[in-house]
Amino acid sequence: MSLLNGITYGLLLFMLSSGLTLIFSMMGILNFAHASFYMLGAYFAYQISTWIGFWPGLLVAPLLVGAVGAAVERYGLRRAHRFGHVAELLFTFGLAFLVEEIVHLIWGKVAVDYRIPVELDGTLFSLFDTDFPIYKGFMMLVSVGMLIALYALLTRTRIGLIIQAALTKPDMVEALGHNVPRIFMLVFGGGTALAGLAGVIGGNAFVTEPGMAAAVGSIVFVVVVVGGLGSLGGAFVASLLIGCIQTFSVALSISVTDVFALIGVDLPEGSQLARLTITQLAPILPYMLMVAILIFRPRGLMGARES
Amino acid sequence: MNSHVSEAVFRRGRLLLWGACLAVAIALPLVFKSGFMLSLLCQMGVMVVFALSYNMLLGQTGLLSFGHAVYFGMGAFISMHALNIIGKDGGPLLVALLPLVGGLAGLLAGVVLGYVTTKKAGTTFAMISLGIGELVAACALMFPGFFGGEGGVSGNRVIGKGNLLGFTWGPQVEMYGLIVAWAFLATVAMFALTQTPLGRMANAVRDNPERAEFVGYDTQRVRYLMLILSGFFAGVAGGLTALNYEIVTAETLNAHTSGVVLLMTFVGGIGFFYGPIIGAILVTVMQIVIGGMTQAWLLYFGLFFLFMVLMAPGGIASVISMQRNLWQAGLFGRMVPHYLAVALPMLVLTAGLVGLIEMSYALLAGEGVGAGDTATQVMGMQMQLNSPAPWAIALATTAVGMALTRWIGGRTRAAWNATLSTLHGDRT
Repeated sequence: MSLLNGITYGLLLFMLSSGLTLIFSMMGILNFAHASFYMLGAYFAYQISTWIGFWPGLLVAPLLVGAVGAAVERYGLRRAHRFGHVAELLFTFGLAFLVEEIVHLIWGKVAVDYRIPVELDGTLFSLFDTDFPIYKGFMMLVSVGMLIALYALLTRTRIGLIIQAALTKPDMVEALGHNVPRIFMLVFGGGTALAGLAGVIGGNAFVTEPGMAAAVGSIVFVVVVVGGLGSLGGAFVASLLIGCIQTFSVALSISVTDVFALIGVDLPEGSQLARLTITQLAPILPYMLMVAILIFRPRGLMGARES
Repeated sequence: MNSHVSEAVFRRGRLLLWGACLAVAIALPLVFKSGFMLSLLCQMGVMVVFALSYNMLLGQTGLLSFGHAVYFGMGAFISMHALNIIGKDGGPLLVALLPLVGGLAGLLAGVVLGYVTTKKAGTTFAMISLGIGELVAACALMFPGFFGGEGGVSGNRVIGKGNLLGFTWGPQVEMYGLIVAWAFLATVAMFALTQTPLGRMANAVRDNPERAEFVGYDTQRVRYLMLILSGFFAGVAGGLTALNYEIVTAETLNAHTSGVVLLMTFVGGIGFFYGPIIGAILVTVMQIVIGGMTQAWLLYFGLFFLFMVLMAPGGIASVISMQRNLWQAGLFGRMVPHYLAVALPMLVLTAGLVGLIEMSYALLAGEGVGAGDTATQVMGMQMQLNSPAPWAIALATTAVGMALTRWIGGRTRAAWNATLSTLHGDRT
C-alpha cells in the first residue's frame, strides 16, 4: 500500500521534474520558479472548478499555466539571458517570490477549498484492510498517460526530433533554418504546463495553499540532482525513489536507536537523537540522499555530464 | 606579499574613506536619536556584514549560494548558547567577544558543510547549497533542545557586574557601538582578503576555472577556503544579531533569510566591494520603512528586484560607477537632461502601479486591518473602491506612464549608447 502511495507521489514528482529537466538541459536555465507554476496550476484549477467544474479545469489550467510560462520566457527570461546564467537564475528566483505574493494577494494566505470531484471520490479497491482511493488511481493514470505522450512527442514526432537536436547542437539547428528561440519558448511553455498539470491533480490530493510551492520546490531540485542534471530517465528513477522513501519513512515507526542497533551501534539512552523516529526524520531524508549521491556519485544516478 | 596587502588596504585615499565611513557610522545616532532609527541602524550594521560575507561567495568566487543563512544562523545560535553558558560569571568584555564565537561557529559549519557543497561550482553548487540549507532548516525543527523549537532561544546580553570602559551593552546605543566596531573590523578584514593571493585566486576561479587549474591551483580548494572564510564572517554577523535582539529563532537559518541576503547583495551590486554595503543599507531601510507603510511591501520588493535583474544586472554599485566614469570624462552633463526626462514618466508609471496594487490589496487581501474594505487611503487620497472611477484613473495613469516610459526610455537609451561610444572612443 505504501508502495502504491509512493509511486503515486513519485509520478507527481516526475511530472514536475521532467519539465524542469527538459528546460534545464535545453536552455541551461535552472528554473527556480518551477514549483510556482505548479502552485499556479492548482490555483487556476481551483478557480476554474468553482466556475465550470473540475474536468474543463484539467485541460484549461495547464494550458493557461503554459501560456504564462511562455510569456515569461518571451518577455523576461530572453532579456535576462543576455546577462548570463546567474541573471537568469536570479530572474526565476525573483519570479518565484513575486508569484507567491500575487497568490497571497488574489487568493489570500490560507488554503483554499480545492476538492476532489465527486465522481472520483471513493475507494478503488481494498488491500490488507486499507483503502486505495479512486483519485490516487486517477493521478497515476494521468501521470503515466502524460509520460507516454511526452515520450512519444520527443521520439516520434518531427518537433520532438528538432527539440532533441536543439538540446545538443542549438547552433546547427538554427543554421538549418529552425527558429531556436521559438523552440525555447515552446519548451519553456511546455515544461511549465506540465508543472501546471501536476498542480491541477496534486492540488486537491494534498492542499492548495501559498506555501505549496516552497514545500515541493526544494524536493524537485533534489530529484533533479539525484537523477542527474538533464537526464529524463534519471529524473524518473529519482522521482519514484524519493516518492517511495518519503512515503515509507512516514509509515515506519521505528526509532533511530533501532536503526543504529541494527548495525551494532548503541546510542546513549535519552539523547535527543536517540528519541527521534524515522517518521520525524522523513523531511530530511531526501536531502541526506542528495548529499550521499553527491559524495559518492557526483553526476547523479543517470547523469551524463559532470556539472 | 603582506606589505602589498597592507599597502592596498591602507593607502592614503582609502584610509580617508575608511575613516569617513567610521565617523559617519558613529555620528549617525547623534542625529537620529529615536529608538526606531537606532534599531534600524543596528539591523543595517548586521546586514552589511552578512551581505559582504555573502558577496565573498557570489561576487568574488562566483558561487551562487541559496543556503548562506545556515552559517549566519549557526553563528547566532552558538553565540546565544555561549552567552547563556557564561551567564552570571561573565562580564561585558566576554559579551563583546561573543561575535567571535559566532564567527568560529560559522567557520566550523563551513568546514563541515563546505566540504560537500564546494565539490562543484556553478548551477550544481547552487542546488546543493539549497539542499543543505533545507536540510539544516529541517533539522532545526527536529532538535528543539538546541534550536529552541518554535519559540527560539533567548538570553540577556547584560551579564555580570561592572563594565568595560563604561559599557554594559544594556542601552541600544551601546549595542550600536558594538555593532559598528565589529562591522568595521569585519569590513576591513574582508576588504584586505580581496587583496590577498587567495582573494585574487578566487577571482581567477570565478572567471576561468580551467585556466586556474592549468596554472596549478586546485579550484575546489580555493572554493572551499573562500566558503569557510565567508562562513566565518556570516557567523560574526549571526553573533551580532543574537546580541542585538537577544533572541534567536529557527527563522535565522531558513531559506527566507538566505533569499533576503541574496537579494540585497545583488541589488547593491556584486561586482564591487562596496556594492553589498549599499544593498544591505537600502534593503533594510525599504524593509522596515516601506514594510511599515504597506502590506504589499514584498510585492514591491519582488518587482523592484526583477526590474534590477532586467535593467541593471550589475546592481546599484555598477550604475554609480558608470556615472563616475562619465563624470570623469566630462560627459555626465550630457546625460542629465535625459535622466530628468525619463524620471518623470517613470514616476507616473510607479504612481499608477502603486495605486493599482494598494487598491487591490485593500480589496482582496482578506485578513487583517483592511479586510474587504470598500474605501482605503492611497498616497494620502481617500479612494472609494466600489466605484469604477479610482480604478479607471489608476489604470489610465499606469497606461500613460508605461507608454511614455517606453517612448522616452528608448530615446534615453539611444542617448546613453551614443554617450558610451563617445566615452570608449575617447579612450582608444
